[in-house]
Amino acid sequence: MGLKGRGAFKRSPGTKGTRRSAVPPVRRSVQLRFLAHARSGDKGDTANVGLIALRPAFYPLLEREVTAARVAEHFRGMLTGGVERFELPNLRALNFLLHGALGGGGTLSLKTDAQGKVFSTALLRMEIPVPADLDV
Amino acid sequence: MTSPGRTVRIASGQGFWGDWLEAPVRQVEGGPIDYLMMDYLAEVTMSIMQKQRSRDPSRGYATDFIPLMERILPTVVERGIRITANAGGVNPRACADAVIAVARRLGLAGRIRVGIVTGDDILDRLDELMDGGHALANMDTGAPLTTVRGSVLSANAYLGAASIVEALRQGAEIVITGRVTDTGLTLGPMMHEFGWAPDDWDRLAAGTVAGHIIECGAQCSGGNCLVDWKGIPHLEDPGYPIVEARADGTFGVTKHAGTGGRISVPSITEQLVYEMGDPQHYITPDVVADFTTIQLEQAGPDRVRVKGVRGRPATAFLKVSVAYFYGYKAVGTLVYAWPEALEKARAADRILRERLARLGLAFEEVLTEFVGADATHGPLAGPPNADLPEVQLRIGVRARERAPVERFTREIAPLILNGPPSVTGFAGGRPKVEEIVAYWPALIAKSEIRARVEVVEA
Repeated sequence: MGLKGRGAFKRSPGTKGTRRSAVPPVRRSVQLRFLAHARSGDKGDTANVGLIALRPAFYPLLEREVTAARVAEHFRGMLTGGVERFELPNLRALNFLLHGALGGGGTLSLKTDAQGKVFSTALLRMEIPVPADLDV
Repeated sequence: MTSPGRTVRIASGQGFWGDWLEAPVRQVEGGPIDYLMMDYLAEVTMSIMQKQRSRDPSRGYATDFIPLMERILPTVVERGIRITANAGGVNPRACADAVIAVARRLGLAGRIRVGIVTGDDILDRLDELMDGGHALANMDTGAPLTTVRGSVLSANAYLGAASIVEALRQGAEIVITGRVTDTGLTLGPMMHEFGWAPDDWDRLAAGTVAGHIIECGAQCSGGNCLVDWKGIPHLEDPGYPIVEARADGTFGVTKHAGTGGRISVPSITEQLVYEMGDPQHYITPDVVADFTTIQLEQAGPDRVRVKGVRGRPATAFLKVSVAYFYGYKAVGTLVYAWPEALEKARAADRILRERLARLGLAFEEVLTEFVGADATHGPLAGPPNADLPEVQLRIGVRARERAPVERFTREIAPLILNGPPSVTGFAGGRPKVEEIVAYWPALIAKSEIRARVEVVEA
C-alpha cells in the first residue's frame, strides 16, 4: 500500500534534513468517515455526536481539525442553536452538542430522526484537511 | 463481604421497554450471572402509567414484567440470581403484588423476597413544593412549572442507588422501583456486594460508568455499532452485556459464550459517548462521574476491561422528570414511484399544503421530509439521485388543538385519487392523531425527597 497520497510533495535533492522549502506540504481532503466512527443520541432538543478516532494516531488530527466552528458550519441551516465541543483524549473521542437539532426533540418533534440517531453519520460526511502522506 | 478477587456478574436484560423479549431469558439461561438489571421507563412512560392508575388503582406499572417473571422465576430462584428493575412505574406495590402472585402460583412461596422502592412520585406534592419556594424550573428554558401546572400528568424524582442498596441489604431478591436512574440499577448491586461507602466517589463513579455501558443492552455489545458492522457475527442472537464487577472499582464487560454480537473497545466507546453531555460532569444522584478518566483495554475476545474511573461528590439535588400534556400531532406518508418520483412527491406536498391553507387550518408546525432523499441528513445528502425508484412523502403536523390535526389526517388518502400519479403505500389506513406528552426536566433539593423501602415475602 503506497504511503504517499495523490499530489505528494517531493523534496529536491540537497534539502534533506534542512528546513522545508517555501511551498507548504500538500494536503488533501478526507471525509471523517475514513478517520472516525461515531454514535449520536439526544438530550431534549439537543443532539450529541461522539466522534471516535478509528486509530489512536488519528486523534490529534481530529482534535486539531474538527473544531466546534467547523462542525457548526457543516450543519449550517440544520440547527437553531450553537455547537459545543468536549474532548475525551482517554477514549480518543470528541463529543459535540448540537443545540436545536431535533425539531423540538422527544415527543414534540415531527422528524424521522426525532432522537438524533443518525446525526452520527451526518457528521461523518464532513471533510477535513489531512497531511498528504497520511495512511488512511 | 466478598474476598478481594471476587467478581460479581451483573447482566443487562433490557435496554428499554420494547427491547428484545428474549434477552433477559438468554441472560438467565446462557451462563452464570449474579444480578439481572432491566430498564422499563423512558422519559414520558410515567404519564401513561399515571393515566392507567387513575382508571384502575391496581395498574400503573410495566405489565410486561409479569410474563417475564413467569418464564424465568424458577431459574432465578434456583440459581440465586437477583433482579433490579424499574418496572414498578407509578405503582411499585401493585407490580410487587403481581410478582408475588406469580411466585406463589409457581410453587415458590417462601423462597422469594420482593423489595419495593417508592418515594420518587411527587405528583401529589407539587403545589405544596411550589408554595414552599421550589419553582421546579425547566432546566432548558428556565420557565417555572406554574406555566404548565394545569397540564401536568406525572412528576417523579430520579432516585439513586441508595434505596436499591437498602432493599438488597434487607434481603430482597427482586427489587422493584419506580423512577430511579438507570445507572443506579447496576451501581446498587455493586455497592451492596462490595460495601462501598456513599462517599467512595471513585468507586461510585466506576459503578456509574458500568451502569451507563450496559443500560442500553446490546448497544454496547455489537448492536448499532459502526465499526466493521458487517463483520459482527450472529446478530440474530445478540449477547447482551454483563459487567464483571470487582471490589476495587475495576470491571470487565463481556457476554455469554456462544452468543452473537461483539464486545470491543470501539463498541464500548460508542456506548460511552451515547447521550453524553459534558463528559467531565456526568451527574447522578450518587456521584459526579468523570468520563475523561475512563481507561479501556481489550482483554481477550468479547471482553473489555475498564479502570481508572474517578468521581467527585454528588450534588445536593435530584433530577425530576415531569410529564405534561402539550397537544396533538400526526404523520402521514405516501410512496411515489419512478419515473420522476421526487418531483411527484414534491408536487403532492405543495398540493396538500395548499389544501390545508385554504381550509384555514393553523398548525404550530408542518414538516415535510422525502424518505429516500433527505429525511436523515437533510441538505448534507446533496442533490438526490435523479432516477430514484421510489420516494416516500412524509408530512407531519403539530398543534395545540385536536381539530386541525384530525382534519389533516383525512387529507392524505384523497391524494391517491386526486393528486399526482404513481402513488401507493397507503395500506396502513388513515394516520392516527397522537396526544403529545412533553417532558419537563427540573431539579429538586434532595432534602425534599425521602425514598422508602419495604420488603415483602412471597
